[in-house]
Amino acid sequence: MKVLKLVFKNSLRHKLRTTLTIIGIAVAVVAFVLLQTVVTAWNAGVEASAADRLISRQAVSFIFPLPYAYKDKIESIPGVKLVSFANWFQGVYIDKNQFFARLAVDAETYFDVYPEFLLTKEELKTFKAERNSCVIGKDIAKKYNLKLGDVMTIEGDIYPGSWEFVVRGIYQPRDKTVDATQMLFHWTYLDEKMREDFPIRAGDVGWYILKISDPNNSAQISEQTDNLFKNSRAETKTETERAFQQSFVQSTSAIITSMNVLSFVIIGIIMLVLGNTMIMSARERTREYAVFKTLGFSGKHLVGLIMGESFLISAFGSLIGVVITYPLVQSFQDFIPKGFFPVFEIATITVLLAVLAALSIGIFASIFPIQKALRTTIVEGFRFVG
Amino acid sequence: MAVLISIQNVSKSYSRDSLKIPVLNNINLDVQEGEFLSLMGPSGSGKTTLLNLIAGIDKPSGGNILIANVDISKLGESALANWRANNVGFIFQFYNLIPVLTAFENVELPLLLTKLSKSERKKQVETALTLVELQDRMSHYPKQLSGGQEQRVAIARAIVTDPLILVADEPTGDLDRNSAEEVLTLMDRLNKEFKKTIIMVTHDPHAAEKATHKLHLDKGDLV
Repeated sequence: MKVLKLVFKNSLRHKLRTTLTIIGIAVAVVAFVLLQTVVTAWNAGVEASAADRLISRQAVSFIFPLPYAYKDKIESIPGVKLVSFANWFQGVYIDKNQFFARLAVDAETYFDVYPEFLLTKEELKTFKAERNSCVIGKDIAKKYNLKLGDVMTIEGDIYPGSWEFVVRGIYQPRDKTVDATQMLFHWTYLDEKMREDFPIRAGDVGWYILKISDPNNSAQISEQTDNLFKNSRAETKTETERAFQQSFVQSTSAIITSMNVLSFVIIGIIMLVLGNTMIMSARERTREYAVFKTLGFSGKHLVGLIMGESFLISAFGSLIGVVITYPLVQSFQDFIPKGFFPVFEIATITVLLAVLAALSIGIFASIFPIQKALRTTIVEGFRFVG
Repeated sequence: MAVLISIQNVSKSYSRDSLKIPVLNNINLDVQEGEFLSLMGPSGSGKTTLLNLIAGIDKPSGGNILIANVDISKLGESALANWRANNVGFIFQFYNLIPVLTAFENVELPLLLTKLSKSERKKQVETALTLVELQDRMSHYPKQLSGGQEQRVAIARAIVTDPLILVADEPTGDLDRNSAEEVLTLMDRLNKEFKKTIIMVTHDPHAAEKATHKLHLDKGDLV
C-alpha cells in the first residue's frame, strides 16, 4: 500500500462531490479553451499578417475605392518591390448564410504578394491565362466538393448580375494560420463588366497591397505613398498589414477583452470550487490527520496526501476537459455561421495553458487545507468534532 | 525490572484566551519495564493528558519525561514523530482506523515509515492480525467490522512495529461487555506473554483490574 493509493482512495471517498468537482474542472477547461480559441480566431488575420506588406486604402473609408491609376505611381516609390490590389466582391454562392471571402484580385501579382497561398505552377499559369477563372482555398473546395474545371456561379450584390467562374486552381495554405476559405478571381474580369454595365465604377480598386524590401522602412514608405495623393479626389491611408487588420478587430476589442477576462474568471471560479472541496475534505479528516501524525507520519506526508488528492482531482478534470474539448469546439464551429472564422483551430498553447492552469489550481487549492492540517496539533485533532 | 518510564516533576497547563488552566501538577512517576499500569480518575483529572505526554503526542509545560533514557520532552517535532513511530503503539477509544483502508492496510500504515520490504511488511501484518485473531478479516474495511473487531485491528496496528510501550486511552469505552472482555484479554496476553509495557487510561474498574498497577489522578495530582 503506497501513499498514492491512499490519495486515490481518499479522492473517491465522496464520489458525488469528487465527480461534481471533476466535471466543474472539465467544463472550465472546455470553456477556457473555447473562449481562447474564439479570441485567437478573431485575431487570426492580425497574427497572420506579414511585416513586409503595406495596405493602402481610401483615407475616408475602406468602402470607398481608389483609382487603378495609382498603381504605377506607388510602384515608383523607392523601397516598394511589388504592388498588387484587390476588390471586395462579396456576392452569394448557393446560400447567403454560407459566407466566405470573394475577392477580385490582380492575377499577375497577387500570388507573388501572398506567398502563403500555395498554388502549383500549372494552376497559376492557367489561372492567369483565363480571364473568367478563379482560385479557391482548399477548405472551400472540400466544403463544396469543387474540383478543377467546375463552374461556380455567384449572384452579385455589390456588383449586380450572375457571375460564372471556372475553378482553375485550389490553393493550399502554407500553415494553419493561413485562411484557406478565400475565392480569388481576375479584377480585369470585374472591371470589364463594370465598363459595360456601370462605367462609373470602372477602374476602381478596393485597396493596394505593397510588398516592400525592408519592413523597417514601412513608416517612411507609408508616408511617401500618402503624400503622393494628398489633396487628390481619393487620398490614401497607408499602414502595415497588421495595423490594417487590427482596425477591423478594433471595433470588437471590447468583446474580445471581455472574453479574455471571462476565460480567466472561469479559472478563478473553479479554483474556489476545488479549494472548497479540499477544505471540506481536509476538515472531515482532521482526526485522521491526527492519527497519521500520532503514528509518526510527518508534515511532508500530510502535504503529499492533501496536495496529491487535490492534484489528482484537477488532473483528472483537466484530462476529461481536454478529451471533450476537441469535439465540443468542433460542434461550436458547426453551430456558428459558416466561414465566420476562416481559421478556427485549437492552438496547442491554449490547451497547454488550460491544463497548466487546472494543475496549478490543484496545487493552490490545497494550500489552505495543508496549512490547517499542519497547524492543528495532535491533541486538537483528536478533540475535533466535525 | 528496570525503570522504563520516568516522569519527573511534570506539569501541564493549557492557555485559553488569557486564562491559564493547570491540568497536571508536578507529577512524579516511574513505570517498570513490562508493567501494565492503569490510570483512573474522574473526567478532567488529567489522565488522558498524562497519557498523551508519555506517548509523545503532547509536550509538558515543565519537567522531564524519560523513556528508555531518552528525554522526550526535549525532542523537536520531527524527532518526536520518529520516536513515536519506533517506540509507541496507540490504542484509542474510537479505534481511529482509516475508513478507506482495509484491515490489512490499516495495520500496515505504521510499517510504511520503516525500510521493510513489501513481503516483510506483509509477514508482519499477517502476524499481528493473527495475534488478534482477525486473519480472516484482512481485506475487510472498518465499516464491515464490528466495534470489537475494529478495536482488535487497532491493537494489531499498535503492535505491528513491536513498540516499546503500548498506550491505550479508554480502549473498552465504546465496546459492549463481550467485546470489551476480548480486548482486555488480548491486552493482558500482550503484557504477560509478550512482556509489553502497557499504560491504559480507563473509567472502568473492571478493565483496571487487568492491570498490574493502578494509579488514580484527581485534579491533576496523583493520589
